[in-house]
Amino acid sequence: MSAIIIRNGRVIDPANKRDEIVDLLIIDGKIASLSQLSEFNSQPEEIDANNLIVAPGLIDMHVHLREPGFGHKETIESGARAAAAGGFTTIVCMPNTSPVADTPSTIAWIKERAAAAACVNVLPASAISKNISGEELGPIGSLAQAGVVAITDDGHCIQNNELMRRAVEYARMVGVPVLDHCQDYNLVGNGVVHEGYWSTLLGLPGWPAAGEEAIVMRNILLAELCDHQIHCQHVSTAGSVRLLREARARGVKITGEVCPHHIALTDEAIQNFNTNYKMNPPLRAQADVDALLEGIADGTLSILASDHAPHADFEKEVEFDAAPFGIIGLETELGLFLDLLVHKQRKIDIARLIEMYTVEPARLLKINAGTLSIGAPADVTLIDPDLEWTVKIDEFESASRNSPFDGWKLRGRAVRTIVGGKTVWKL
Amino acid sequence: MSTRWNRKDLLGLRELSAEEINFILETTDAFKQVGAREIKKVPALRGKTLVNFFVEPSTRTRTSFELAAFRLSADVINISATTSSLTKGETLKDTARNLEALHADILVLRHSSAGAPQFLGNRLKASVINAGDGAHEHPTQALLDLYTIREKRGKIAGLHVVIIGDILFSRVARSNIFGLVKLGARVTLVGPSTLVPREFEKLGVEVSHKIDNVLPNADVVNLLRIQHERQRKEYFPGLGEYTRLFGLTKERAKLLKPDCLIMHPGPINRGVEIDSEVADGLQSVILDQVTNGLAVRMAVLYLCGGIATT
Repeated sequence: MSAIIIRNGRVIDPANKRDEIVDLLIIDGKIASLSQLSEFNSQPEEIDANNLIVAPGLIDMHVHLREPGFGHKETIESGARAAAAGGFTTIVCMPNTSPVADTPSTIAWIKERAAAAACVNVLPASAISKNISGEELGPIGSLAQAGVVAITDDGHCIQNNELMRRAVEYARMVGVPVLDHCQDYNLVGNGVVHEGYWSTLLGLPGWPAAGEEAIVMRNILLAELCDHQIHCQHVSTAGSVRLLREARARGVKITGEVCPHHIALTDEAIQNFNTNYKMNPPLRAQADVDALLEGIADGTLSILASDHAPHADFEKEVEFDAAPFGIIGLETELGLFLDLLVHKQRKIDIARLIEMYTVEPARLLKINAGTLSIGAPADVTLIDPDLEWTVKIDEFESASRNSPFDGWKLRGRAVRTIVGGKTVWKL
Repeated sequence: MSTRWNRKDLLGLRELSAEEINFILETTDAFKQVGAREIKKVPALRGKTLVNFFVEPSTRTRTSFELAAFRLSADVINISATTSSLTKGETLKDTARNLEALHADILVLRHSSAGAPQFLGNRLKASVINAGDGAHEHPTQALLDLYTIREKRGKIAGLHVVIIGDILFSRVARSNIFGLVKLGARVTLVGPSTLVPREFEKLGVEVSHKIDNVLPNADVVNLLRIQHERQRKEYFPGLGEYTRLFGLTKERAKLLKPDCLIMHPGPINRGVEIDSEVADGLQSVILDQVTNGLAVRMAVLYLCGGIATT
């Protein structure tokens, strides 16, 4: 028997409505009741959590691990290390790999690779359509049996509403949620930045907010029609928040997720054509940032994620038009959200932040994670909510460096990440 | 070297001050005389290597830069997209660094990607001159437009300049807007609402879709060439309708004040954005623009080329 006791931390376990200064005991990789401590003859390993928050291991349900096929950007192994360094014990990886993760065999490859090389829990999502081409349904039933936790064409978006409807109905049968990157290809065209003042000024093709809102609306209608869970990834516009708020008030099974860059930055950042500010959906205007903050505060937007999208230096260091979309995020997201949402904007308290990274995604994905219940896997994140630190990208675990946050001074950081009772990262 | 110019690159007019723009125009006065001489050469850039790197094709602008460089005694090389290793997959950055390794002093770049000149300017010791980057800026075109207005009307501040056409996709329009607003002109944009969205008002200009209301109080009319490729078909229905609503026809030209200048960056589509007679008429300064373009480019190459090497 092995035992670890985490002493004097503030245990915040929203699933069990706990927020108290108390010790946490881990026996053989599972959360144990403190009363079991008496069963021990030898000394358990002690971790001092004085002034730290002891939270269930955090979950990031939107991560690109790039394998199979794009290992020069990131690997399952390096991406998992990056997750651990960011305080995450469970990540959901996106299927836009090469080959696309649209068959049980590719899912099996990912799971085997993760079991062998990943220091955190890696849960695969598979594609909705074959090859993410948006034309035919993928083998969703077989994929569910292969253990995917969600289906998504992330990176792309099914434009054929009838196909999407049938996919949602089918997904309901096998019980997996549908995640959607909301983008109407016709409205968006070759847009690379938010359609607004800055795109007009700079002569860059614009990506109008309506291009996201049209698909959010489509998804609300289908969630209602099919009575099944649809999750809107990386919500970025005020209009999307308004639509989600109204639909959720009526009980529609629709959720929304926010990425830190959409509240940390606005489209003003693009003016020097630095490709570390190029992502999809793009950085938006201040009014959109304000609406996202309100949406987080009132619970309309209930999940936080990074959309960690690694790209090699030579891929991003090109003309703005030519650069791929996306930035890394695993190692900065918690710090950014703590700093901006909790400390600076005071939109939510830290318990709610933890809830948005644990209970909310676990409920959506129906996974056994995100709690410190007795018997739960001992996935634990220790957080110093007041630690001031400077982002230094060169020290990151990720294989890629495409982040706009280098040099940012943030307050709040994970200091230790424990998976199944084993410390996989510490500051 | 004068302290009034200290930039090695000319990327656009947005970041220039009114003083800097005026300084370029004053420097142009000196170079304009060179074209009138029998021996059209000054040694200002003798021994310097200039590369015209036109990833987006052009004949007029490239020829203008080429001639400007010859008149300054520089050695000139022309590279286009199709004849460069961009076709072999070499990145823009690597192509440019290779050119620099050959000690190119000045790179004149035309590219379809907004921000490409800035991208190179930040990475090369050579001067980078923007000859047009996507729909973003075409600073030398706007400078020659400003120079022409100043030459013909004696000033820019207080004049009402009307720019007509496809503004949304036009780098000529943007650079002109930045320059004219900085120098105190009143600017009105005219065109179909799909190509001249109201968002432009935030740049300090007016927007109108009714050309007949605007022409009578214009001091300068600058017409943009209207294109109707596949992508534009969603923006307006055809050249015929464009001409009917926005073309500077003979009849419309009668609405203009007698001293109103008619300008066009070229090449003109006779019968589309401008009637043939109007293009050749007394108010048209289109050919003066071409002559001035050469002088403006000499000034720009001289000023920026001087900074890169000190």
